[in-house]
Amino acid sequence: MVKDTYSKMLILRFPKGRADSPVVCNLAREYDLTFNILNATIYPRKEGVMVLQLFGTPQNFERGMAYLKQEGIKVQKTEEEIGRNEEVCTHCGTCTAVCPTGALAVSRPDMHVVFDQEKCSVCKLCVRVCPPRAMNLHPVDDLLPEV
Amino acid sequence: MSEFKVNKTYAEINEKIKSGKVVVVTAEEMVDIVKENGPIEAAREVDVVTTGTFAPMCSSGAFINFGHSKPGIKASKTWLNNVPAYAGIAAVDCYIGATEPCEEDPLNRVHPGEFNYGGGHVIHDLIAGEEVHLLATAYGTQCYPNRRIEKMVTLKDLPYAVLCNPRNAYQNYACAINMSTKTVYTYMGVLKPRASNANYSTSGQLSPLFNDPLCKTIGIGTKIFMGGGVGWVSFQGTQYNPNVESTPMGAPVRPARTLMLTGDMKTMNPKFVVGVSILGYGPSLSMGVGIPIPILNEEMAAYTGVGNDDLFTQIFDYGNDYPAGNAKSLQQVSYAELMSGSIRFQGKDVPTSPLSSIVLAREICDILKTQITEGDFLITEPQGMLP
Repeated sequence: MVKDTYSKMLILRFPKGRADSPVVCNLAREYDLTFNILNATIYPRKEGVMVLQLFGTPQNFERGMAYLKQEGIKVQKTEEEIGRNEEVCTHCGTCTAVCPTGALAVSRPDMHVVFDQEKCSVCKLCVRVCPPRAMNLHPVDDLLPEV
Repeated sequence: MSEFKVNKTYAEINEKIKSGKVVVVTAEEMVDIVKENGPIEAAREVDVVTTGTFAPMCSSGAFINFGHSKPGIKASKTWLNNVPAYAGIAAVDCYIGATEPCEEDPLNRVHPGEFNYGGGHVIHDLIAGEEVHLLATAYGTQCYPNRRIEKMVTLKDLPYAVLCNPRNAYQNYACAINMSTKTVYTYMGVLKPRASNANYSTSGQLSPLFNDPLCKTIGIGTKIFMGGGVGWVSFQGTQYNPNVESTPMGAPVRPARTLMLTGDMKTMNPKFVVGVSILGYGPSLSMGVGIPIPILNEEMAAYTGVGNDDLFTQIFDYGNDYPAGNAKSLQQVSYAELMSGSIRFQGKDVPTSPLSSIVLAREICDILKTQITEGDFLITEPQGMLP
């Protein structure tokens, strides 16, 4: 990847009627942004939600965001992220059964459960499934500004 | 004349432990040793094989005596951190079971329930040295007139706190799959519909009872690693069943033997006694258990040399069959395949997840190995054999 590339985890909300247009494809083709779709759902009334990780230069990012806005798509930053309390995790592996993106996976042959936050779509399934409650949900940004 | 080429006694092995000459390996290391040198050579070389397992073991709990108050009480109901503990025993004795949810838990009213705190958590908190709230109520007698006591206690304050687990260290366990069309939340974890994932719970080749499949050295009175401290095999566990189909090496291919274990909580480490919450099922306790297997002869070397390729279990449907009480095997599968992360089931690849921590099982094997090598842990000859 080029030097000044950065990545962002975004939630795109597609209003009714927009879920079938190829906007994500255009982000790649027109704005040179690489994407990794972590979660995508279309709800019964045809609105869609997609969690994706975007990679690109800040400039292309800005242009891509403007394009999404113009297409009527609501863009949100993931405000919460999943963390793991390493002291509490027993590496049992129960969470790997429910993690939809493979962010939680068993590494072999050592059988440690590894957590790759880059792949996490913040679906929160692991938080309730983890037997010793090692997984937690917390805001991405600190609530209080640093002094 | 013995039927074996290598013959060692418990006493001889203990002499080696005391003199620092003992050779101890983990069950995992033993698999390779036996494969390379054969059981006779392995039996000559190795004196003790350490085994270990760490997983939820629901049939666990603690007998606690909380000491007499002034005036005295014959407690008829007790709670520890708002979790009911059975008090239908002597005046200030109670038994806190691992799967008891706390009062006012919404349980499964909103399914699947989270079960954030229960008996297993109380046991963990006590071992971690935390203060626990004790409430006892009584109807009052002439010898014990008090009707209610309430106090904060720590493990140190308690005159007696002993884990007494009626069923631990299951020898083999089912692999769970869901053949129904809806997700189910079971004690075997979350199972997605249409056989989309498979969960299993054993440490396989590290597991104590897989290394002594016919219980030739593990019996009543065997000293073990229990929850980071010292424990003992007290008896066969509940649901103990030796009459199960087995491999030629004696390893059962479905759930079989179990152990009842006892150990002083005051010797234990909270890392190996962990309160857990099983979504949609209830609270429980994950226990770390390790048992040293003395290599008395080449037969024991051969048993401990069996690897995951030669250990098998059955796949059961937890969507329809198991809840209806009609569990039947859908397929046999090896632990080598289960631990690879994917199994071949009915023509498709199904991802697998463990519920049992191999990481902690290995750590237990290593701790036990160090303790024996350094002379801090002697092996014990059973005082009675299991059926």
